[in-house]
This record gives sequence, C-alpha cells and structure tokens, in this order.
Amino acid sequence: MNRFGYSLSKARVIDYDANNHAVAEYIAEKEPSFRLCIACGGCAATCTTGNFTEFSLREINILIHRGENRKPGSDIRKCMLCGKCILVCPRGVNTRNVVITAREAFKKFGINAL
Amino acid sequence: MHFDPFIIPFNIGLYFILIYVVGRSIIWFRNLSRPDKLRLQRGFFGMAFGQSLKEIFLESLIHRKILKTNLRLGYMHMSLAFGWFLLILFGTIEADIFGSHHLNPPHMAIFFRFFNPDHGKTAFENGYAFLMDLVLAFILSGLILAIIKRFSSKSVGMKKTTRLKHLDKIALASLWLIFPSRLLAESLTSGAYGTGSFLTGTLGAWFNSFLPAKQAAYPFWWLYSLSLGTFFVLLPLTRYMHIPTELFLIFMRNSGIRTGDKAGTYSEVEVHSCSSCGICIDACQMSFSAGINNIQSAYLLKAIRKDEDTSGIVFNCLMCGRCDVKCPVGIELTSIRMIQRRAAGAGNGIHNIWHGYLRTNPVPVTAKQPASKPSYDFLPARKPEKADILYFAGCMTHLTPSIKNSMVKILDASGMKWSFMDEDGGVCCGRPLMLAGNDREARELINFNSRLIWKSGAHTLVTSCPICYKVFRESYYLDVEVLHHTQFIKQLIEDETVKMNYLNKRVTYHSPCELGRNSGVYDEPKEVLRHVADLEKTGYDDGNSLCCGGSLANLRLQSPDKHKIASFAAAALSAPAPDYIATACPLCKKTISAETKIRVADIAEIVAESIVKPVANGMKKQRIPNPIETSKV
Repeated sequence: MNRFGYSLSKARVIDYDANNHAVAEYIAEKEPSFRLCIACGGCAATCTTGNFTEFSLREINILIHRGENRKPGSDIRKCMLCGKCILVCPRGVNTRNVVITAREAFKKFGINAL
Repeated sequence: MHFDPFIIPFNIGLYFILIYVVGRSIIWFRNLSRPDKLRLQRGFFGMAFGQSLKEIFLESLIHRKILKTNLRLGYMHMSLAFGWFLLILFGTIEADIFGSHHLNPPHMAIFFRFFNPDHGKTAFENGYAFLMDLVLAFILSGLILAIIKRFSSKSVGMKKTTRLKHLDKIALASLWLIFPSRLLAESLTSGAYGTGSFLTGTLGAWFNSFLPAKQAAYPFWWLYSLSLGTFFVLLPLTRYMHIPTELFLIFMRNSGIRTGDKAGTYSEVEVHSCSSCGICIDACQMSFSAGINNIQSAYLLKAIRKDEDTSGIVFNCLMCGRCDVKCPVGIELTSIRMIQRRAAGAGNGIHNIWHGYLRTNPVPVTAKQPASKPSYDFLPARKPEKADILYFAGCMTHLTPSIKNSMVKILDASGMKWSFMDEDGGVCCGRPLMLAGNDREARELINFNSRLIWKSGAHTLVTSCPICYKVFRESYYLDVEVLHHTQFIKQLIEDETVKMNYLNKRVTYHSPCELGRNSGVYDEPKEVLRHVADLEKTGYDDGNSLCCGGSLANLRLQSPDKHKIASFAAAALSAPAPDYIATACPLCKKTISAETKIRVADIAEIVAESIVKPVANGMKKQRIPNPIETSKV
C-alpha cells in the first residue's frame, strides 16, 4: 500500500461521559489528602520506580482526577511504596496510602488493566 | 447439711469453665505445628517447666512487670490476682482442716462460712479467720482502686484506660460484685453467730445490731454464687480469658515457641492473653503526642478476639515497637500486627454468642487475592561490579545525600574494595511493601536485589538505612554479613583501619525504631558516638527511645499528626541542648530536622567529619585506596 502522508485522524473530542469519577471519589473518601495535590511533580521527580520506567504519580493523580482510569489502572501496580514521595510532597499528601487505596479502587471497580 | 440450692450457679460456672479450658487447650495443642509440638514436649520435661512456674508466680500472680512500670496499677492487678489465689488456697486449706471431712468439693471452700457458721470460736480458728479477713481486705483494696480507675484512670497513674464492650461490662460488673457480696454474706453470717475477725466480725456485729442478720445473709450468698457463676460463664467471651490463657502463653514461650509470620495457636494464645491493662496505650506516641486513642495494641487484640474488621487499626500504627517492649505479658504485638496486615485486616465479626465460644482461630488466615501478573517486570537486568564490600544506600539515603557522601568518604578511607550497589538509584529493599502487607510483591524486589548481591561476590553488605537493614537480615536468604553502617564503622574503629579525631561536641542519640527495638542494635551506634563526641542521655534511651513519626509503617497517619509526633521527639532530643542530634536513619534525620533548630546529623556524617587524613606511614594497618576501584565515586 502506498503511503501518501495522509491519514484519517481520530476525532479530537473529549467524551466526558466516558470518564469515570468513581475511582477519584473512592480515593478521596478514604484518603482525603488526595485532594491536596497541586501536581507539582515532586513525587515523580524523586520516584524510585520512575528511575526505571515511565511511571509518574503526578500523571496518575491527574488522570484519576479527570476520570481517565485506563492508564493509571495498569501503571499503579509498578509503585514500590518506598515512600520517598511522601518526604518530598510540599502539600503533605499521604501518597503511599493514595497508591494503596487506588489499587483497592481499581480492583473494586474492575478497572485493573493487568 | 452440705448442700443448698444457692451453690448451683457457682458449680455450673466452675465446671463449665474447667471443661471449656481443657477442651480449648486440646484444640490449641492439636493445631500446633509439629516442631512446636516437639518444643512443647521437650519443655514439659525440661528446664522450661520450672521457669514457667516461677514466671507464672511472678507475672500472673504478683504482676512484677506492671509493678515496675506503675506501682498503683501493679498493686491493683496484684491484689486481685494474688489475693484471689490466696483466698482460694487458704479457703481450701481451711475447709480441709476445719471442715467435717477432708478433700471437699470446691464449693465447700468457697462457701465455708455458710456451711460452718460456728467456725471461729476457738483461738486457733479465730487466728485463721483473721488471715482470711486480711486476704479479703487485700482484694477489696485493689477492687476499690479498680473501680476508681474505671471512672478516673489518672488516679492509678494511667493516662488512659481501655474502653469496654457490653459483654465486658457485664463480666466486669459480675467480677466487681464477687468480693463485696462475699464480704456482706460472710459479715452477716458471722454477725448472726458472733464469729468472724476484724473485718467480717466487726461489720457483722454492727449489722446484727439493727438487722435480722441470719435472714439477711442468705440473699447475699446467692448473689455471691451468681456473680461467680456469671463471671465464669462469660470468661471465654471477654478479656478475662487471659486468666487461664496467660499460663499457657508463659509455658509455650519458655518452651521456645515464637509468633512467626503466620497466624496459629501461639498467636491465638497471645491474643487471648491480653488483659487490656492499658500499658500499651500509655506507651504509644500516637496516643500521647497525637491524641489518637483507638488504634493501640490492646484495641487490636480486642478486635481480633471479636473477629472484627481491623483494617482501620492495623495500618494506623508506626510499628515502632514501644508497646512490644512495655507489654507486661510479653505479647509480640508487632508480629501480630504484621500477620493482620498480611490478611489486610479482614475479619468476619462475631454475629452470635456461640460463635464466640466455638471459634478456634480468630486471626483470619485468608489473605488477599493475588494480583494476576507480577508488577515489577520492568526492572532491568543489571550486572554488578565485583567487590568485597557492597554498599546499599537505600531510597531514603538518596534523599539525604550528605549521609551518602559521608559513607563514600568513610568507605574510601577504609581502603577496602567496595562497590556502590545503588549508586544511580537502586530498587527498593521490599520492607515498605511488606509493611503494607504485600509480601508477594516484596518478594519480587527481594529476588532482584538478592541476584545483584550474589553476583557481586561480596562478603559484607553495608546499608545506611535501618529499614533496609532489617529486611536484609530477616527476609533475604543471603550468604553475606549484613551490617548497618554504624556497625561497620564500629568495626573500622576496633581494628584501627580508620583513625578519627575527637570532635569535642555534645550529642544526643536518637535510636531509630527499625535499628534499635526492631533489630536489637543499640550499642554499636552509641559506642561510635562516644568515640568521636560526648554522648548525652535524653531520658528516652534504648528500649524507651522515641519514634520520629516518619515511620513508613503507618499508612494512615496524616501529615499534621506526623508533625506532632516528630516535634515531641525533637523536643525530647533537644532538651539537653546538644550541639548535634545524632541519628542512624536517613528517615529519622529528615523527619526530626524539620522540627528543631539544632543540627540533626547521621552518625556517618559526624564520623566523616572526624576522620583523620591518612599520613603516609604514621598509621597502623592503613590501606591506600585503589584509585582504579574508587575513581568513579
């Protein structure tokens, strides 16, 4: 097949109905400090797992807040819970419990992509 | 006349509890693992039996450890336990000597005065009655303390007392009624017959002056019997089960059985041996620094006994081990909490009373469902350098580069062939995952790190982080000597490999929980500090040392409460106004330094500052570092 450099691009529409906020609500209820995140990225910068692979707690946080759970659902299992992110977090987010509660939530809502 | 209907409730209760305890212990023994059964059999015919008898006398009756911790609380426990024991012992002897015949059934001793109201006329009999009254007065004095404690815990020198459940309240009420009803019953009977000694005699004579004492006594004998019967029947459902269970615990412990990491007979016996004395609540920093009063070990064990969901309790704990050290019964509280964490605090809850009597294993053994796929398959294969000594800084040390740099300086000065295992960021040791109850996932990290350590061919592994130290020592199957850097520095000092100056600084030492209480390393860090500086006491030393509050073990603690705990610890360490606060853990350093103006330094930093620059031939055993091996550092 000849490639002419043209393709059909997907519609760039955010489908809000597809977003599922249940996970974000579940986490915020169990670990209220989840709401304090300002997405500064300190956690991602210091992350032990992030040193080996593309893993960013900041990204996970943002996506879960948006209700886009597919990527966080598979990423979240990579966390080693080492706790460096708690020490660098300027907002006092209990990041380890956010990760643990998120794992619970993904399992509960059946979103775990693994 | 040796029978009266009122003895029936007592007899029902007594024989019920005897049969229950025998049945329960048979089930417990059957559930023991085979090695533990052998240990128990060996203990029964060996030294352990004698030791246990001694310990049972000292701890279960006299309550020596509680007396040492808190005199008034100890007196309360002692008077009830030892007093009751004496009352039964002397009562049995009394019934045997003065009764109509020998070897009487138990109710003859307990209700002796009722069946022998004339007893106490002769001088010898009167002397014995005096003894019995003395013991009763001893128990009642403790009981008064217990009642006051229930309403105001401060009166016995306790900051907090345990909260009770309904059944506990009924059992407590029946326990409280036992001795006053005995006092009144004996007094009234003695009053009617003109017997009794200083307590029952005097009180009885006074009652007799305005009451028909003989008739009034009878209901109190009923009350006495009923409260005893109720207490015995409720015993297995309440914390008072510790009375028979603690004996088994002491014997099992002396036979060499330990909690381990799985729920089993021993952990169950431990759970039932807790008397909810509340010493763990007073010892807990979450309680006295942050005002969190519902997660302490006494409550955990109570929730396990009731088979409740403990997830709110198990994960909200610093695992600092302060309660472990202080527990007068010697229950391995942290190990039990770890078992619960692995089961994620699941519990079914006791829905009916029969379940409470019949359940055999209150610690849930059904672990969480394993995830479908390994989580850490992204980890790259690494090839380590060959070295004699492997240095593993650990995640937290990478956040405190001054410790890492100091260790590099010390290792270079030692002249040994060493390599930095996680120089550009290693893999977590696995302990944080274990503390969250994820043992299976932790095992993946452990295997990854183990492979690196094996391949390096090192004979010694030095780590800067006590969290890593504990897991390397306990959960890795390694053929290397695992040292915390303070132990390593101590060795360097001992064989004079590295010379250090005395710094002329005053320091206080904060013993990290994972290194001190949880791994038993207290002396090496202090000896290193004494070698280079002037070590001050803080009042919170060794087993009593504080937790910094930053512990990774607590998954639920919120940041403001963390700061409260940290600032209390920082204030205690700053009290002697030292030049440095020394610690041996990067996490403690980071947590405490946020709360004090005094410089918080790791022992490695202090030692690195004090190292004498090597002079060509002025030093013994000085090894010049190989520039090729260490150039990259």
